[in-house]
Amino acid sequence: MARAVVTVPAQAKRGEIIEIKTLAQHAMETGFRRTQTGELIPRDIIRTFRCTYNGVEVCRVDLHPAIAANPLIAFTTVATESGTLSFQWAGDNGYTVTEIAPIRVE
Amino acid sequence: MSLRVALLFAAFLLSAGLGAGEIPLSERRSGYDLMARETRAIQDDDATNPGMLWVLDGETLWNRKAGAAGQACADCHGDARASMKGVAARYPAFDAARGRPVSLEQRINSCRVDRQKTPPLAYESKDLLALTAYVARQSRGLPIAVTIDSRTKPFLEAGREAFQRRQGQLNLACAMCHDDNWGKHLAGSVIPQAHPTGYPIYRLEWQGLGSLGRRLRNCLAGMRAQAPELGSEEFVDLELYLMWRAREMKVETPAVRP
Repeated sequence: MARAVVTVPAQAKRGEIIEIKTLAQHAMETGFRRTQTGELIPRDIIRTFRCTYNGVEVCRVDLHPAIAANPLIAFTTVATESGTLSFQWAGDNGYTVTEIAPIRVE
Repeated sequence: MSLRVALLFAAFLLSAGLGAGEIPLSERRSGYDLMARETRAIQDDDATNPGMLWVLDGETLWNRKAGAAGQACADCHGDARASMKGVAARYPAFDAARGRPVSLEQRINSCRVDRQKTPPLAYESKDLLALTAYVARQSRGLPIAVTIDSRTKPFLEAGREAFQRRQGQLNLACAMCHDDNWGKHLAGSVIPQAHPTGYPIYRLEWQGLGSLGRRLRNCLAGMRAQAPELGSEEFVDLELYLMWRAREMKVETPAVRP
């Protein structure tokens, strides 16, 4: 189960600054740790996060080793028009998760 | 004069040996109150609390059919938000079949084996933590209320004895830190009062969710003592004592701790 949770205000006024919070379930294995028998644990992290608002990119993040497990990414944007926010996480070993959230702007 | 000094010294030794005793009810504080403001903020908001990822997984498992009986938890218990409300606040609870208290994890597993006809989940496995967190989440904000009666009293006393018994190479008892020296520092960390109000917890040090048993094994390893197995009778007795000690405090599951 690769789960992600996004929190977006259901409605906002035009021009209002809104806060968006995202939480992705991921171990963020750094690639630097070893097992008890000394073998290197391969790296397994989220590489990129991207948020588009009606197709327009409003936030992009590159993630690296040493970022905590289950990374919380919070950011703000300006509510311009009603529509959908789309969130994509992509990472090692073919990890991809997509979430969408609607927003109503008045 | 020297006799008086000797008596005073003897009195000091006696009091040091007995410790400060159990924490008065009015002075009890959740580990939450001793955390940094930022860590409290992570716990307070479901949108930032990573423990909620396990709670949501637990909700999926609650509704998924499992085992030879083809039954989901929800097929018997219905909507957990109603049927499981306050349940976790009462565990460990006496189980007549086993003749002793069982933990919430053990109760979930006996349901799986006896009713769903499916193998029990391993302690500390992702699925058992998720189900436990989902069930315990339904008690958030409710006061802890384990039942202490003639059947559970002996196990409570066994737990209390374990809490106060010196053990391990450092010859420490749980009570020496958590009753006598809470609020002070052990290395860089504040010593909490050891009230298990929010288990399973998301511990930042673990980068994941973990049970009270895991936390107890951490402490015992630090004391260089031999830790009982997860789900052992010793741990359930100790859990019963700790929950009684935290009686009437509010459930915080899924709590976040440093």
